[in-house]
Amino acid sequence: MRLLLFCALTLGAQVTHERLLKAEREPHNWLTYSGNFAGHRYSPLNQINTSNVSKLKPAWVYQTNSLQKFETTPIVLDGVMYITESSSHVTALDTKTGRTLWRYRRPMPDDIKVCCGQVNRGVAILGDLVYVGTLDSHLIALDAKTGAVRWDTNVIDYKAGYSITVAPLALKDKIVVGIAGGEYGIRGFLDAYDAKTGKRAWRFYTVPGPGEKGNETWANDSWKRGAAATWVTGAYDPDTNLVYWGTGNPGPDWNGDVRKGDNLYSDCMLAIDADTGKLKWYFQFTPHDVHDWDATEVPVLIDAEFRGAKRKLLLFPNRNAFYYVLDRVTGQFLLGKPYAKQTWAKGLDDNGRPMRNENTAPTVQGTVVFPSVGGANNWYSPSYSPQNQLLYIAVREAGHIYYFGEAEFKEGEQYNGGGFRSIPGEPEWGAIRAYNPTTGEAKWEFKMSSLPFSGVLSTAGNLVFGTTAEGQVFALQGDTGRLLWRFQGGGNARGNAMSYMSGDKQHVAVTIGNSLYAFVVE
Amino acid sequence: MIWWAAIALFQQTIALDIPSKNPNTSEADVAAGRKLFNGRCAGCHGPAGEGGKGANLAVPRLTRAQEDRALYRVIRYGVPDTEMPASLMDAHEIWQVAAFVRTLGRVQSAAVTGNAANGASLFKGKGGCIGCHTVGLEGGRSGPALSGVGARRGAQHLRAKLLDPSASVPENFRMVQITTRDGKTIRGQQLNEDTFSVQLRDGADRFHSLWREDITAITSERKTPMPSYKGRLSESEIDDVVAYMASLRGDQ
Repeated sequence: MRLLLFCALTLGAQVTHERLLKAEREPHNWLTYSGNFAGHRYSPLNQINTSNVSKLKPAWVYQTNSLQKFETTPIVLDGVMYITESSSHVTALDTKTGRTLWRYRRPMPDDIKVCCGQVNRGVAILGDLVYVGTLDSHLIALDAKTGAVRWDTNVIDYKAGYSITVAPLALKDKIVVGIAGGEYGIRGFLDAYDAKTGKRAWRFYTVPGPGEKGNETWANDSWKRGAAATWVTGAYDPDTNLVYWGTGNPGPDWNGDVRKGDNLYSDCMLAIDADTGKLKWYFQFTPHDVHDWDATEVPVLIDAEFRGAKRKLLLFPNRNAFYYVLDRVTGQFLLGKPYAKQTWAKGLDDNGRPMRNENTAPTVQGTVVFPSVGGANNWYSPSYSPQNQLLYIAVREAGHIYYFGEAEFKEGEQYNGGGFRSIPGEPEWGAIRAYNPTTGEAKWEFKMSSLPFSGVLSTAGNLVFGTTAEGQVFALQGDTGRLLWRFQGGGNARGNAMSYMSGDKQHVAVTIGNSLYAFVVE
Repeated sequence: MIWWAAIALFQQTIALDIPSKNPNTSEADVAAGRKLFNGRCAGCHGPAGEGGKGANLAVPRLTRAQEDRALYRVIRYGVPDTEMPASLMDAHEIWQVAAFVRTLGRVQSAAVTGNAANGASLFKGKGGCIGCHTVGLEGGRSGPALSGVGARRGAQHLRAKLLDPSASVPENFRMVQITTRDGKTIRGQQLNEDTFSVQLRDGADRFHSLWREDITAITSERKTPMPSYKGRLSESEIDDVVAYMASLRGDQ
């Protein structure tokens, strides 16, 4: 009843920074990519729970008119759902019926440069505007009520290999947006724009230029093509006023000879002042990466006791198969240990720097290394349940044969310097695992027969939702990992589930194949 | 309405983005393509494209890639439901490999010495091959269909397969034996599996689909049920069967 009253009060109201900060106070909405600024992807709703989840059924299905990967996380505000569709379209849906309220369709030039599919991961919302990044590297503000374009800012020239696939992050009076293009020898950056006008507020280059600290970690002029893209939405802590954002692989991916050095700030966690765009601290997970292990996973922020002291932590299950705990005020390395099969490092030293095994770099003949190019984790979301104090991760168990190749740069063309292939006869599999966040110890595991490329959601109903490459969506009991429900959605699932209320019913929504499903207990 | 038309037009424009003719066919391109082919492709297709685990490319006409653009797409995106993977080579490299692949078809393939007509009778009679392999409308289903195998595989590979069938079993091939909760045992070729279920076809061509919670034991092996023909057929009989299979060009 109180919840309903609150719904009525906020109906039609603008989305303020204050509301985004206290997202857990209005669990009927889903206001940011990860559900809150801390990257938790946790819903405080518990109407769907361990006792009734077995009766979950689709309330409606929305089919997109594209055969590209469907990775969007819906934003829900007071009965309206905002989704993105390939290539860079936005659609507003009625959460009760799944019917379209408005559509924004962006014509796309035919020479856009994308390594890995024409994807978009979702919108941000602030005030009465909805924000979308596009594959031709524009940031666009749409009227939340009509879909009309309110402003359109060209972030950078897409022809040089840049694109935007990331869901922007709205905070304070700004829209923070990252860039993709790590396979095209771009120079990465993270931008913030004035939410009302679209004017750029700051830009932080993830590859330092001449004279800047860190430029010396790039041999010769290799920094110009250093990549370090910023293609997955980060987190924000209002207490530190820092934006936490991961960076991608150095370019070229597999040929490190042309860029000797640590290659800052590739494969890093960056802590950037939200007002000024200045770097407060960084932590590099994989110095001089030659396996394409982007640190573009979703950072998870929690305050917890760590070795006897209450600390502000940043949890990071990295693509390189190590699980990291950092102090998010200072960037200090606190813990790091493997959470999936890896053969590239003996371990991490006291500062968290990897101690590499010999002969693990790509070669012309091919080098077998675990994890795979796709890594032990990837862009898709982990989930942290404050209820169970567990971190849930869809883990990928696989290796690859890595090849070294020539790397000749030509603007707008792929700049990889090698390649990879599966290891013949080697099984590849996955699992949803629940970890103690401060020790990195697994509490339970739910095995999957193939590699996941989709994330998890946890809810106050003691549930964890996940999806598989074969198209199933399933619910596990949050404290035990027991399977409670499953449904075949008919296509490779590539998204992250989220949850909201439509009327008086809790819904769980997730993309599977080329459809968006909204599930409900009738 | 206008939007749908615009989107359809846009999708066609993307397809047309790939040139219809290979733009990189100079001698230097072919040489570079050969180098790339040796590194990336020869493992499955053989250094001369004679075929192996991968298709025989030393044929005048590639069935999946008759046009340059189609060849580009096969290399770039792979062939779904086969072991041919997508490539991360850039556009220039893909065209160079394509240029080299086109030269393979101009090479005379190794002469086939056997008697194809005799091979056909061995295939259906003494060899018993037809019991497991279909050719046209005839044959059993437990082995792969062989209509058109001569267009896909070189004679050398066919011979090797007859003598040692277990040497190159497809990555995804599995024979499974399942014991169910109600005590039944089912054995057959696995057709599909996922986290929750397994599908198979048994020796009598019946389909089975089982939830994993109804399975008490499952063994799975990547082992072909095909016997070796070394010693079962004479050297010259093997030549004849190879000649027969090489003559099966399918309905291209």
